[in-house]
Amino acid sequence: MISRYRTAPDEAAPIALTRDGPHGPIIHALNGTALERGIRPLARVVDVQAIHPDLHVEQADPPGDQAFLERLTHWARRWCPWTVSDADNGLILDTTGSAHLFGGETALLRDMIQRFAIQGLTARVAMAPTRGAAQALARYGAASTLCDDTDMAPQLDPLPVNALQLEAETARLLDRLGLKTIGALNAVPRSTLMRRFSGLSADRNPLILLDRTLGRAADPVNAPPDAAYFMARTRLAEPVIDPVPYLDGLAQRLCRDLAQAEQGARHLRLTIYRIDGEWRTVDAATARASRDPAHLVKLFDGKLDSMDPGFGFDLLTLEAGRVEPLCLHQDRLDGTRDANADVAALLDRLTARLGAQKVTWSTWSESHKPEDVETLRPALQTEPSAPLTLTVERPIRLLQPAEEVQVLYAVPEGPPSQFRWRRVVYRMTRYTGPERIAPEWWKDRPGTRLRDYYKVEIEDGRRFWLYRDGVVHDGRGGDPRWFLHGFFA
Amino acid sequence: MKSDSTSGQVIYLPKRKKSYARLNVPNSGNATLTDVLPRAPFDPSGTGFVLARLTPSERPVLWVQDRNSRQENGHLYTPGLHAMGLTQPVLHVTVSHPRDVLWAMEEGAACAGLSAVVGEIHGAPAVLSFTATKRLALRAEAADVPVWLIRSGDPGTLSAARERWRIGALASEAHPHDPQAPGAARWDVSLFRARGRAPGRWVGHHDPLASNATDRLRLVSRSRDGAVASDDQQISDSAR
Repeated sequence: MISRYRTAPDEAAPIALTRDGPHGPIIHALNGTALERGIRPLARVVDVQAIHPDLHVEQADPPGDQAFLERLTHWARRWCPWTVSDADNGLILDTTGSAHLFGGETALLRDMIQRFAIQGLTARVAMAPTRGAAQALARYGAASTLCDDTDMAPQLDPLPVNALQLEAETARLLDRLGLKTIGALNAVPRSTLMRRFSGLSADRNPLILLDRTLGRAADPVNAPPDAAYFMARTRLAEPVIDPVPYLDGLAQRLCRDLAQAEQGARHLRLTIYRIDGEWRTVDAATARASRDPAHLVKLFDGKLDSMDPGFGFDLLTLEAGRVEPLCLHQDRLDGTRDANADVAALLDRLTARLGAQKVTWSTWSESHKPEDVETLRPALQTEPSAPLTLTVERPIRLLQPAEEVQVLYAVPEGPPSQFRWRRVVYRMTRYTGPERIAPEWWKDRPGTRLRDYYKVEIEDGRRFWLYRDGVVHDGRGGDPRWFLHGFFA
Repeated sequence: MKSDSTSGQVIYLPKRKKSYARLNVPNSGNATLTDVLPRAPFDPSGTGFVLARLTPSERPVLWVQDRNSRQENGHLYTPGLHAMGLTQPVLHVTVSHPRDVLWAMEEGAACAGLSAVVGEIHGAPAVLSFTATKRLALRAEAADVPVWLIRSGDPGTLSAARERWRIGALASEAHPHDPQAPGAARWDVSLFRARGRAPGRWVGHHDPLASNATDRLRLVSRSRDGAVASDDQQISDSAR
């Protein structure tokens, strides 16, 4: 059994993790000190804090714990090939035939405790001939219990019936019947109990669970498979300098593996292992899963020049770092191509050559500031969407940042009659405005000034978008400055 | 057929000479490379002209810009596009060198999933040679994707574009409600080199209510009629 605490201010302080209950936060988990004080899980936090004012309370993160446990399940395969997670805080390892590799069963248990301790985890371990018995001993028995076929029953007998992973209702019924331990349950004639629990399914029936625990019924461990790992490698007899001739073969083998597993690559990494012991890598990413060798090879165009081969390399690997399920697609009957696939392939090529930050889709957010309405995000991480529909007129080009202009005006609150931008003087003929855009008080810094936008047409017909930053005597700085922000068609 | 050594691709030349009698309606077999030269610096009317000629579609537009052009003329502001009648998403590519603009445009022109490719290059860099524009034109015609090249600050160097336009701003129309305010934009549109059609000069403006949604540009001849007459003097002045 593994207890994991996010932050531990002091070993001696009582710490509780909380989660939301129906009537406010409840206790999710506790450390040793808190348990010694008599605090129990599922109690309401306000009640416990009234009794123990020094209780240190932290928010629990069950999804994070679950993800961590999943990673730990795969990490535990260092001891044996079959591991599964048990409830939300345990691991089950089927160590059949692998204990001798670690110097026997006692040494194996000690190794587990030590390696979990290195990771900051307190582990309670037990080893037994059946999965149920190991679960019961680890959760309810003495620390580091080790039992075999002969002494399994005597060790299990004194444990409470709850150790059989029963449901709360069943455990309460057994408790009312006076059957408090596994030994007591085992001693009762089966036929009477079987009649009482005949309505329960196999994984909730206490008698069947007891049979599994004592080894009278089969209870195999159904371990999830390892994450698939796709890599193609080429070993060379002599060191070479140029990786290009080998790329096609690597990509074809990788794509064949991917096709067998019905997967497509989203991220590729080419690694060369140089004869001086160094290695160099080049990465490429795709906008959507692909296993087309010609397309994948093209993503490395122009990138291999920057890879320093040194005195040559004798091993190349091409691995798919991230894969996604990709089914076979049927071509369209009318012979036209899938436009989205074409665009995705184009995105891959552009991103591979120019960089992720240079190839972008627009995304829109609600903002007062015109320059914050549109944000450009890397195309590989965003979905395209149609432009925003605005009711106000907006320019088609925007200067970013806005450039300051020197202005002559008739009245300080009015439009400019003449302005100088980039050393050229422009004379206004017609204008609309002002369109007043207030600062976003919930976001902007105090002292940010409002903007008055004018659409100004100059003598030769060009239409500019100017704004005045603030108004006179608004108490937010001196005379307002003028900026040129955009161009209308 | 001709092998393209830079990217290892093969360009298929069109089998027969196409007719360029009409304005090129995109993705209808007439797509080609078109040059747009703004008449004055910082003039967005070239952009407006291109936007008025783009076809509304589900498929995205690739908009490539080099850093010089972004600093000089600003960048495309997509919240303003809806007023121009465009609904497709825009794929923005901003690169530092004109060479990369041309490469990205060539890649885009070969991709039939795009509704158009627009490139912006500022000045007349050496890489934007006759050969480069010829490659772009061939590729656009092979994949049938209209390609637009906005060349700001360009005196009009050689180009293989099938149509070359020079666009300038004109005083806007009268605002229907406010005599002080600028109304709908008008452009001085001149086609000074074209293949298969006669060059000409018009007063153009964007027509959001056009019956043919694929081409929302309305061209008015510069002949002396009531509405345009007062501007004729101005056009000839600014041309000089």
